[in-house]
Parts: sequence; structure tokens; C-alpha cells
Amino acid sequence: MQETRIALRFVGQYDTACVNEYCALGGYSGLRKALAMDKNAIIQEVNASGLRGCGGAGFPVGRKWEMVAAAEGGNKFVVCNADEGEPATNKDRVIMAGDPHSLIEGMAIAGYVVGASKGYIYLRYEYPYIFPVLENAIRDARAAGFLGDHIFGSDFSFDISVVSGGGAYVCGEETALLESIEGKRGEPRFKPPYPGTSGLYGCPTLINNVESLVTIPPIVLNGGAWYESFGLGEHHGTKIFTLSGNLVNRGVFEFPRGTNLRQLIYEVGGGCPGGRQLQGVQTGGASGNIINANMIDIPLDIDDCSAAGATFGAGDIMVFDDSKDVLEIVENLMEFFSHESCGKCTPCREGNTRLLQLIRKIRNGEGTLADLDTLEDLSETMMDCSLCGLGQASPSPVVSTLRNFRNDYLSKIEGGLK
Amino acid sequence: MQNQCDTSTVDMAQVAAIAARYKNEPDQLMRILLEIQSVCGNAIPREAATVISSVTGIPEVEIYGFITFYAMLSDKPRGQYIIRMCKSAPCHIVGAREVAQAICDCLGIAPGETTADGLFTLEFCECIGLCDTAPAIMINDAVYTNLTPQSAVSLIRAYQQGGVC
Repeated sequence: MQETRIALRFVGQYDTACVNEYCALGGYSGLRKALAMDKNAIIQEVNASGLRGCGGAGFPVGRKWEMVAAAEGGNKFVVCNADEGEPATNKDRVIMAGDPHSLIEGMAIAGYVVGASKGYIYLRYEYPYIFPVLENAIRDARAAGFLGDHIFGSDFSFDISVVSGGGAYVCGEETALLESIEGKRGEPRFKPPYPGTSGLYGCPTLINNVESLVTIPPIVLNGGAWYESFGLGEHHGTKIFTLSGNLVNRGVFEFPRGTNLRQLIYEVGGGCPGGRQLQGVQTGGASGNIINANMIDIPLDIDDCSAAGATFGAGDIMVFDDSKDVLEIVENLMEFFSHESCGKCTPCREGNTRLLQLIRKIRNGEGTLADLDTLEDLSETMMDCSLCGLGQASPSPVVSTLRNFRNDYLSKIEGGLK
Repeated sequence: MQNQCDTSTVDMAQVAAIAARYKNEPDQLMRILLEIQSVCGNAIPREAATVISSVTGIPEVEIYGFITFYAMLSDKPRGQYIIRMCKSAPCHIVGAREVAQAICDCLGIAPGETTADGLFTLEFCECIGLCDTAPAIMINDAVYTNLTPQSAVSLIRAYQQGGVC
């Protein structure tokens, strides 16, 4: 299966320490073109592209830009969420390591459109080797006049700083991320107000994922309709997928949205190694739904995945074979969420711990049928009442396996399997 | 190793000099603390926090709250090399537990502990973003991927012999 590389188009194509090589590929011509365009015309192209946020939430990028552009406030910010902490996702690492200038260019275009002069890249600590790549690229872009005052001789001035994360998963949540940039504990804020109206230091702030931002320059250059046309059928554009777990070929690949999950697993991933059979797939990262092998005929896009009981997320596909204990994987995932819950709100702080205790109880053969109802009730409470996406989504592995791997639970409960 | 940092070798003037770069720029706090941590033996001892507080004007309790929130910062002493063993699901299902056990056995310590010579601290950590080349670990800023128990032990041996730095 041939990849369609848009977000990944320049990864590995130039020496990241040489801005001239990026320019020779057409780099920064998107920014040059944008600065000669009307801001609303750029938003129209982004809207026409159908591009939806690539970090997991899938909010239409153009609409977010519109809101921040329209927000009142002289001081605005563009923040790149490079806190790629979702287990089973490492696409942004690949982009930043191989093509930092596209990110800078995308952020500068975003800054121009929404009226910001300052950008931040919030980079997770776990990517220490990416810091010099980004900082050198920013320095080179500044020296070449692509950042700084009066870019391309225009009235537009923009600069970027890289801020380090500290190893907290919750900081991928946009308001926790803002708190962290502000030198505080990364605890999510109540929403509303949303960052678009009151974000960093209370100013209107545009927050986009790395993959979303690097897709902007080619959209500006070639038009929204051009990007949109890459999607299969009714789908718009492309998406990067991270393939991990029990696959012959793991890695980061970009395909049209609407590509079938089964094809991705077998034709790209090569199926399970060692003659093993596919047992299930966790889609959408650690906080995504786990589906069984009979459910994998899904066109990969946000709404199709939801309708099929899967999760699109950031394009995370973690495959496990028939030698694995599903409940052990669920236990591992709930250990993760118990550890990473920031503790600010009770449903998430207590809920993840209790889910973990119940899963362990069932795995130890001490569970009852009533525990399964408790798991469902508690999960529902967390999804309804948690403050941020962490606690709202973390029960997904539990709820989805209760549905799709119910016999794995029942077989561990006395009298469970009739 | 004691639970208190040995601050006898920490240069508080250096800590103060790094903290002085804060200049009321909150977005610099993480970077400053990370840098101070690197010159204080991979931890931020109480004495250093006191200096940071007096230089920046940030209350000591807030600095403590900040340090203890983020997994990469520590108020407890750690070894020269911090071995972070990813235990998140993509690593877990392809053999991370066996790799971790081999490292624990090789060093004779459990996760959370530091070797008697102060060379290694062993930590379990959550996803380090190397899912497509799992199992993976980090040793300080270096990443090691596609590990087996055997290759992990060889790697640790190389560090012990000073062959990697």
C-alpha cells in the first residue's frame, strides 16, 4: 500500500540543520504566500481542506482559527501541543525530528491569521533529543528572516520559544498545558472559558497539534480543495497512523482518511508475527476503545470509528495477538491512568484507582458478577463528571472490553461462564 | 544512599546564578529547575529550593509543589544515570516486563532504588514515545529501542564499564 505523505512530506528529505535545504524543497513559500493573502481567505482554505485537529479531539482546525482570530484582545498566542504523551502514539516525534521547519512555518502562518506575535512549542521532556533540533531550526529561521520582526518585509512579526514539559501525561490536555507553561502544576482548568478566548496568561490562545500545524503550509500553497481530495470517498485529507504492538511492521505511516483498519493491520503492518492470530486492537491510544478481531473492518476516520465502537484518537493502532491476556492489558492501562491522574477532580482521582482495584480483584479470581456492574457504573460516572478528557476517556478500555471481550471477564468469575 | 540529598558538593552560587535567569518569566521555570537539577546530582535538594525561592521570589512551597507534580523532577537524590524503563501498554505487550526484570537483576536493585555506588537509579516510567520500536528505555537523555533482556544487560554492562557516555 502506497503512503500519501502530506504531513510527512519533508521528513527525511532535508538536513534539519540546513534551512536552505528546506527552502530548496519549497519551504517557507507557504508563509510567503500567506503573508500576501487576506486572513479570512486563508481561514476559508483551511475550512475547505476539512482538516480536523490531529491530536485526538478532532476539532475542525479552520473553525478554531476563526474563533481565535475573532477573539478580542491585543495580545494573543499560538501554542503547539507537542506533549505527545498518549501511549501508542509517536508520530509527532517523527515529524519534529525530521522536519522542524514545517512546524515553524505552520505556526507562523497561524500567528499571522489569528493575530499573534508569540508562539510556544510545549515539548514533552521525554523527547530531549528533539530540543536541539527545534531550537537550532528556530535560530536558523530567525537568522534567515522567517521569524522575528517584519517577516518578508511585512507588518507581521512572530517568534517562537520551546518550553519543556516535565513528564506529566495530563499536560497534553490543553488547559493543563497552559498552566504548565505558566510555571504551575499542570492541573486542568474549568472550561469555559476556552483557550480561544482566555488561554495563556488569560489571553486568546490558539492551540494546535504538531501534525495539524505542519499540514498548514501545503494547504496554503495548494488550496484546501487539493488537500481535501486525498481522502477516500467522503473523507477529507490524510492522517498519520502509529502502528505498534504485535505487528511484523511497526512504525509511522500516512494514509488517506477512510483507509480501512484491516488493510492497515495486514497490508502495512504485516499481521501478527510468529504465526500468531490477531486477538484485538486498541484504537486511539491508551484512552481509546479496545475492539476484537471481528470488528476491524472500519474506515479510519473520526466519525466512522466512533460509530463502530472504536476510537480514532491521534491515529494510534496498538495490536495484540492471541497469546495476550486482555485483562492484563486493561490492568496495565488502568495503572497508567491511576498514576497520571492529576488528582484535581474526584471522579478521575478516585475512579481510576477503583477501576484498577476491581480489575485486579477480577484477575485474582475474586470478582463477582456485581463487580462488572460496578465497573460500568463507575465508568459512566467518570465519563460524565470528570473535569477533563483524562478522566472522561480513561474508562474506555474497561467499558469497551466489557463489551467486546466479555467472556474474558466472565471466565475469571465463578459461575460467570454458563 | 540516604533519603536526604548530599548537598556538600552542590555549588549554591551556581544554583543562584541559574535561578537568577528566571526574571519573572514563568515560562522559564521548568527549564531553570531542570538545569539546576542537572547540577545538583539529578535532584533538587531542599537547600537549592531555598536558594531558588529567595532569588525568584516564588514561595518555597510552590517550588516544592511544582517539583513533586512532575515525574522528571525529584526532591530525592538519584544516581548519575537515571534508567527510565517504559511500562506503558505498547512496550508492555512486546516484552517490557522481561527487559525490566533483567535490568533489575543485573543491577541488584528494584525500581525506585539507586545502586550503592550512586551510578544508576532505576525508574519505571510511562510512555516515552518510542511505541513503534518497543520495548524501549531511556538512560538520561539517550534512548534504546527494540530491547531484549540480553541486549538490555549488555547495555547496562557497557555503562558500568564507562563505555557509554
